[in-house]
Amino acid sequence: MSFVEVERVSQSYDRRPILDRVSMSAKEGEFISIVGASGCGKSTFLRLLLAQEQPTRGRITIAGARPAREPGPDRGVVFQRYSVFPHMSVRQNLVAASALGANFFGCLFGAKRKAAQKTADDTLERIGLAHVAHAYPSALSGGMQQRLAIAQALMARPKILLLDEPFGALDPGTRITMHEFLMELRRETGMTVFMVTHDLGEGFKLGDRVLVFDKPRWDPVDPNAIGATITYDFDARDSGIPFQRLQEKTHVPIEA
Amino acid sequence: MQDRPRTLRWINRRPDRAISFLLVIIPFVLVFLAYTIGSEARLAVNPADKLLPAPTQIMETAERLITEADKRSGKILFWSDTAASLSRLARGVAIAAGIALAFGLIIGILPYARTMLSPFVNVLSMIPPLAILPILFILLGLGETSKVALIAIGITPFLIRDLAQRVAELPTEQIVKAQTLGASSFAIGLRVALPQALPRLLGSLRLSLGPAWLFLIAAEAVAADAGLGYRIFLVRRYLAMDVILTYVIWITLLAFLLDLALRLISRHAFPWAEEGL
Ligand SMILES: Nc1ncnc2c1ncn2[C@@H]1O[C@H](COP(=O)(O)OP(=O)(O)OP(=O)(O)O)[C@@H](O)[C@H]1O
Ligand SMILES: [Mg+2]
Repeated sequence: MSFVEVERVSQSYDRRPILDRVSMSAKEGEFISIVGASGCGKSTFLRLLLAQEQPTRGRITIAGARPAREPGPDRGVVFQRYSVFPHMSVRQNLVAASALGANFFGCLFGAKRKAAQKTADDTLERIGLAHVAHAYPSALSGGMQQRLAIAQALMARPKILLLDEPFGALDPGTRITMHEFLMELRRETGMTVFMVTHDLGEGFKLGDRVLVFDKPRWDPVDPNAIGATITYDFDARDSGIPFQRLQEKTHVPIEA
Repeated sequence: MQDRPRTLRWINRRPDRAISFLLVIIPFVLVFLAYTIGSEARLAVNPADKLLPAPTQIMETAERLITEADKRSGKILFWSDTAASLSRLARGVAIAAGIALAFGLIIGILPYARTMLSPFVNVLSMIPPLAILPILFILLGLGETSKVALIAIGITPFLIRDLAQRVAELPTEQIVKAQTLGASSFAIGLRVALPQALPRLLGSLRLSLGPAWLFLIAAEAVAADAGLGYRIFLVRRYLAMDVILTYVIWITLLAFLLDLALRLISRHAFPWAEEGL
């Protein structure tokens, strides 16, 4: 069984179908880009993966666990905005990432606090935000804020990372730096990632697969009558150029 | 082609520092002038007129009030009145703030609390607090408790509603993020909602100070043996306009200073909320 298993998931709001029988599966460590027209339900799909909402029908399992009923530390998330806590400094945001889930009060004291601060400082160093450790997020550039948000999400060591247009508000140059940042983190952690994007290039560059969400049919009477589903599932490895790998085991040794 | 010189739209014109200062003081000066002219006109007709005492006379009265002790008690009434009123105000406002913070938070983040308490608080906030002042006097006596209670009761529902609203408006993204970091409901309340509610609390307290003074003075007017409101209503019997005006100016000044203090506190304590204030 695959790591992430989405089985015939449908979601309706007020009886208006948004997603209609979406099925897919992902292997551990796969990077899955999701593209599609605005309003077709990509964010809804991420919310379902996140267990922020329950599907009207169908089920989603991750690592064979029972379907989650609320968001938890096994799923990390970064939104386009508002993903970090504005009232905490950069460093406090990272310390809080360890502290919030540590106990009922979400506070750490003594040696544990020291350890969390140490981890936070190491992380800051690694993601290149050490020089703004004591600034508040509102003082950071968009790229820095998203770097912080991603690092913060990874502190909880989630099984899957969900990104909803994480670089949508960034300029093209910063975007490319962020791609490198994300790919590096991914190489280190081997994380399974779902990323919604409006940038096809970005989707193919980062993803192992690119899923396209769209309505399979159009109802000429009521355009809202039919929900979206996955209409294409591209292999995006090897820069999206197909037939670069052997599909079958040929038992013939390949010469290097 | 030469551009026709265009005057700026009025919405784009801003006064510079000197003009700003001038603009700020103009209304004050106008009111002062109007009062002085009125006062002089009345005094010219009847030098014993008590309704509009001359500004100089108010100054003299103020000086006497601030420095001279009362013959019977030996205390300077002006200051003991101020202390009595400020202490009532502080206690009432502190109680209101504490209750509002607790209820505002739980109504803001817990759907169960919201369902149960939100309509109740809305109904409570419809009760005109002054209408229940007699009930407070009957239940709590004529002492300090009933006055502090009136202030607290008067402003708490507004504060609760405002804070609950603010907490409910926190971006879902933040709440979801906290959950994905493993936070409990309590931890989310304590570490995400509470710190972000505090600057709003100070902001709404600033708005509540007006009503708080109103309730304080009303309660003191009805039954008290000291306090700024009590004194005003006491000397009203002798038409002592100079005393009344001194007290009114003093109350206004106190209110202004309290507002300023709250603003400075929130700017210092919550630098991250700067633009939100
Ligand atoms: N909680 C909700 N209640 C009712 N309708 C909703 C809700 N959430 C989303 N919708 C509707 O579902 C549809 C899909 O929304 P969604 O946010 O998933 O789209 P999206 O693909 O992420 O779009 P975009 O690319 O603009 O972010 C929209 O028409 C939206 O109005
Ligand atoms: Mg979206």
